[in-house]
Order: sequence, then structure tokens, then C-alpha cells
Amino acid sequence: MNTTHHPDEATLMEYAAGTLDEAFAVTVSCHLEICPDCRKSVRAAEAMGGAMLCEQVGAPVAEGSFGRLLEKISAASGEGGNTAPAVMEQVQPQSPGSVLPAALGSYIGRNVDEIRWKRIGPGVWQHPIRLSDGAKSSLRLLRIAPGRSVPEHGHGGQEITLILSGAYRDEIGYFGPGDVADLDEDIEHQPRVVSDEDCICLAATEKPTRFKSLAGRLLQPFVGI
Amino acid sequence: MFVPISTFHGSGMSPTSDPAASDTAERHLDLIVKISTDQDKDAFAELFQWFGPRVKAMMLKLGANNDLAEDLMQDTMMTVWMKAGQFASWKGSAGAWIFTIARNKRIDRFRRQSTRHYVDVDGMEFADDSPDGEDMVLADERDRIVSNATAGLPEELREIVRLAFVEEKSQTEIASELGIPLGTVKSRTRRAYQKIRDELEDVL
Repeated sequence: MNTTHHPDEATLMEYAAGTLDEAFAVTVSCHLEICPDCRKSVRAAEAMGGAMLCEQVGAPVAEGSFGRLLEKISAASGEGGNTAPAVMEQVQPQSPGSVLPAALGSYIGRNVDEIRWKRIGPGVWQHPIRLSDGAKSSLRLLRIAPGRSVPEHGHGGQEITLILSGAYRDEIGYFGPGDVADLDEDIEHQPRVVSDEDCICLAATEKPTRFKSLAGRLLQPFVGI
Repeated sequence: MFVPISTFHGSGMSPTSDPAASDTAERHLDLIVKISTDQDKDAFAELFQWFGPRVKAMMLKLGANNDLAEDLMQDTMMTVWMKAGQFASWKGSAGAWIFTIARNKRIDRFRRQSTRHYVDVDGMEFADDSPDGEDMVLADERDRIVSNATAGLPEELREIVRLAFVEEKSQTEIASELGIPLGTVKSRTRRAYQKIRDELEDVL
């Protein structure tokens, strides 16, 4: 899969540091599944984390700490816990669209046909994805019909969208399967679906998005984006 | 700047390189191999002695109290033992691997949010990422390059990296803590990343 638009490097660094909020972390994970280049980038960023860890001046561990750890380990094996090397799961990167990314699996399964879409406007459907209670971001699948556009909107905060199938075009360019639009709050754009099929995308947002046009503002309570 | 690997060989040693750090990194790789193949508890003790206090220090810096930091450190090291067998397919240093384990533990505990998204990607071996024969040779070089490059970052970039990776602060939080615009935090983050990525280009 050759993608043209990738997450911002600053976003990949946040992912590696573990500081992205849940919706964004999930969306970036979904992109990583199909993007070897970004996986390399994350590895480079994690290497920086490793270097930072190694530079730390150690804090004294509790007395008998290692002994207790060994006891925990042997207790885990005694209970039939598996302390043998775990076998890696081989994952074949999927072409997006056929199935949903693995990172969405634990949230909504991986079958596109099982999604219960809710119509939120002419040619626009959504499916909100429930996150953990502490999440400060929200995540949803959007499905937009050919030729339709989402009303022009600025963002109340960061917004990261991953195209799963279909394609759209906006002021920035053409976004096809696997592409990521990583937009900060200054960007206003009006994506229009240019594929023959519906465009399905995964959208992570920080705060409620405000629509500029009157129609958009009227739509907002229903769209909730 | 792209630094060819050969620069680091023989007498062409970079003035900022630290052979001791590299020996340590190589030793850590050996220890993890011993843990995974022989379930070697002495090797584990040595690894614990080096990483345990460092992992605990990081947990303290991001706001855990002593008991919680101790507990998260124990969790991290337990996972190191249990998953040592997966390390072979990890393309990175022991330090980076243990960093990611510790990161996932702290996300799990502090945010009470699912870490499945991290586990999903970290726990997967992608078909097109299969390790090649040079990996173990390169691991040593890679480690030295990253340590040197991280240590050599200009202070304003190092500060940003430290706040993100050690104190687990988001870019928004860093901006407000340092009293600088979010855009500046992002551009410094990109610059720090690019310095490392450029030097790592051939060994990732």
C-alpha cells in the first residue's frame, strides 16, 4: 500500500511517547498497520525513548524487590501461567476496505458489513466508537456518498482522519485508502468524495468541530463532529 | 545530516561516541537472549539491576508515588521476563524495547484507557518487516547512533523530548508548561525527530 499523506512527524513522536489521546492513538495505529514507513518512524522515535530511559539516574528499588519479582514469576508459572516465550501473531497487512484494521477489532470488530450506520444527513452516515471512560477525544467512522461533501469546517482542535476506502479531495489534495489527514485547528477544509463508491473514513477529533456554513451549523447537532 | 555507518568503525570513531554505552547495550542484548533461551535468572538479575532503577526513576518523574513507581517497575520487568522470546523480532535496542513496555504499563495504569491499540501494533509481526540477518549486527550501531544523537540534541529540543518521553506530557501540556505556542512545540518535536531519523536512516 503506497500512501501519500502520513501523520505529522510530531504526531508520530507523541504516539511513540504514549501521550496521544485514545482516539488519535487508535487512528495512528490503524495507519501503522499498512504503512511500513511510519512504522520505521515510530521505531526511531521509540529509540529516543530508550535512550532517555538509559540516561536516567536510577531510583533505588525497594529492598528485596528482585526476590519478590521472582516469586511473582514462579507463582504465575505455578498457576499454569505461561512464562515461555510467546508466539508472535503473524498479521498480513490488509488492504483497507476489505476488513477494518486490527486496531479497531477490540472496539467494533473487523467486518465492515456489520457496522450499524446512522444517517446524519443526505449521503452522510456515521458510527460513533465508544472509547474508555477517561478519553478526551472522540472517534467515529464516517461514510460519505460519491459526490457528497462534509460542510466546510474549521477544527476546534486537532483532527486526524484515516481513509479506509473510497477517496476524497479537498483544498490539500487527494486522499485515498491508507492516507491520513492530520490537521491542526487552523485548517479549514471541505472534503468532497471523488470515488465511485462511498468513502469510509475513521475520524479522531479533539473537541467538537464547528461548522462555518449555516447548513453546517444546523447539521452539527446531528453530526456531532 | 546523514552519517554513514562506516564513520563509526575503527579509527574513524566519532568524537561524541561512547564505547562504554555501546558495550552496555550489547551486554543487554546478550542478557535478553539468555533469558529467552535458557530462562537464565542470573541474566535477568543483571538486567533488573540496570533497568529496574531507571524504569522506577521514569515512573517517579511522571508523577507516580514511590509505591506505585515500584509496582509499575515490577510489572514492566515481569513483562520483560515473559516476553523475552519476542525480543528477537524487535528491531531496536533493549532500552527502546523496555521503554515501550514501561510506556504501555503507565498508559494502562494512569489513564485507565485501553492499551489495546498499542498492544495490537507492538505485538504484531508484520509480514513485510521480517527481521533480516543483519539486525543483530546493526542493533549495536543503531544504539550508539541513537544515544549519541539524543545526548547531542540542542537543549531546547532535548527539553521537549524529555518532557514527552520521560514526563509523559502531551504537546499541549508542554506548550503551557514552557509558555510557548503549540506550533513551536510541534516544530521542535519535528526537528528533534528529524535529527535522529536522518542518522538512523540506514540502520532501521
